[in-house]
Amino acid sequence: MENITENKLNNQNENSANEPILQLRNVSVSYAPGKKAVNNVSADIYPNTITAIMGPSGCGKSTLLRAINRMHDLYPKIETTGDIYLKGQNIMEMNPMEVRRLAGMVFQTPNPFPTMSIYDNVLAGYRLNGIKLKKEEKDEIVQRSLMAVALWDEVKDVMNRRGSFLSGGQQQRLCIARALALKPEVLLMDEPTSALDPVSTNKIEELLLDLKKNFTILIVTHNMSQAARISDNSMFMYLGDLVEYAPTRQMFTKPQHKKTEEYLTGIFG
Amino acid sequence: MSDRVKFSNVKKRAAKDKIVFGLVCLFSFLAMIPLFLIIWEVVSKGYKNFNWRLFTQVAPSSMDALLAKMSGEPIPGGILNGITGTILIVGMAVLFTIPLGLFVGIYLSEHPENKFARTVSYLTDLLQGMPSIVIGIIAYIWVVKPLRSYSALAGSVALTIMMLPMVVRSTEETLKMLPRTLKESGLALGASYTSVVFRVILPSGFGGIFTGILLAVSRVMGETAPLMLTALGAAVVNWNILKPTSAIPLLIWDFYNDPNLVDIIWSASLLLLIVIFLLNWIAKIVARRWKI
Repeated sequence: MENITENKLNNQNENSANEPILQLRNVSVSYAPGKKAVNNVSADIYPNTITAIMGPSGCGKSTLLRAINRMHDLYPKIETTGDIYLKGQNIMEMNPMEVRRLAGMVFQTPNPFPTMSIYDNVLAGYRLNGIKLKKEEKDEIVQRSLMAVALWDEVKDVMNRRGSFLSGGQQQRLCIARALALKPEVLLMDEPTSALDPVSTNKIEELLLDLKKNFTILIVTHNMSQAARISDNSMFMYLGDLVEYAPTRQMFTKPQHKKTEEYLTGIFG
Repeated sequence: MSDRVKFSNVKKRAAKDKIVFGLVCLFSFLAMIPLFLIIWEVVSKGYKNFNWRLFTQVAPSSMDALLAKMSGEPIPGGILNGITGTILIVGMAVLFTIPLGLFVGIYLSEHPENKFARTVSYLTDLLQGMPSIVIGIIAYIWVVKPLRSYSALAGSVALTIMMLPMVVRSTEETLKMLPRTLKESGLALGASYTSVVFRVILPSGFGGIFTGILLAVSRVMGETAPLMLTALGAAVVNWNILKPTSAIPLLIWDFYNDPNLVDIIWSASLLLLIVIFLLNWIAKIVARRWKI
């Protein structure tokens, strides 16, 4: 497994001609001294792709994702080392608030702000950051963001209702809209469909395929078929190590590592 | 099949269940009896003097009451000075308690592991168990002595100390019940911690926090001992926070000590009971409506 530190996409795909938008360099995260949840992960992520992060529970996939928007800073005991470059800028040296504006996050359970209307939920990023907008600008952002998540037609007449008024799937799309409203560079999604029914899941998957035209998406998923359906590239993590990072099709047909193969064929997981 | 677990004495156990259930009902009923007796006592004795005079006139002097009693008229006077005093003292106490209680509650809910937070939490529990007379003495030493006068301010300091642990606890418990991702998703939008606390966390916990404040108010509204040593009491309506001030429970205590005034004890108690009932009722509605 030593040779994976310098991980590159094994096969050249259409995107690798571009500059990577996100570069992970020797990223390690430990919850307690000496106990690494993510171990020396390096990888390049290319713009306008969907990258799935897979692996059994506790393999460090969410932990890795949360390192990218400096979420671990909230918990003093968690230590993150290594470098993460977003468009060439090292986010480990940036202010976490700035990082989080550039890297939007969608959580496992839909969590619209319960006291805010649907309209205000979309604008929450602006409100919470004290960014003043004119009425037309607000309307424009709300409409654009909700259209991007295909929620506009469903909610345009109930804008003033609470976010919690919506169904689970709609709430999750609202949360994606909330993240998109700030025009982030990358969208980090932590098992965004695991709390949803199959129909809503399907809708979100279609949405992600559409969104990748304008955004770069990293999605942690438990669901291998989801990774196979929507992702361009896949990472397989095991016990904190990035075991394999390859174009999804290649990983699912010809995995390079025994562990990956075992996981994908259901021998463990 | 022989290794199946056999239940013996099913009938006997069912009978036992019935007895225990009967006892539970019986004791619940017994526990309610004093409550109903209190309400009955207060209502049946209090309604006679429960009229507009109660709200518009100050407490009568002992002599006036005696004369009225002898001529068979109702007691000439009310508890206006107590009502205004209670509003002043409790109102100020709420103003002091809300910022303090909220910030301590936020701190405790955010840092449950922190050593200092655990100390604060422990002290909060201790404060909650502190006898109210002791708190009255403390407020006397802190406020009455330096200002050289009994005052509404001193009374509200005493009530603040009493309310604080209740508000801290209810805030802490409410905020702990909010999903952790609520805070994270606010911060994930690049918001500052301050902004997330004031615009996401506190509004989301509003129902529980507000309920906690209302219940704390209804708890301290009937407090007498800490006010005897601080607000002292006054025969007139007083809005000056630096002067001695009356309060409904103080009047009840005064009336109790004066055989001519005993009759309006019940009306004053009835008012207190109604207000406390209303506060609890509002608290329930708020808690239900703002449930997350």
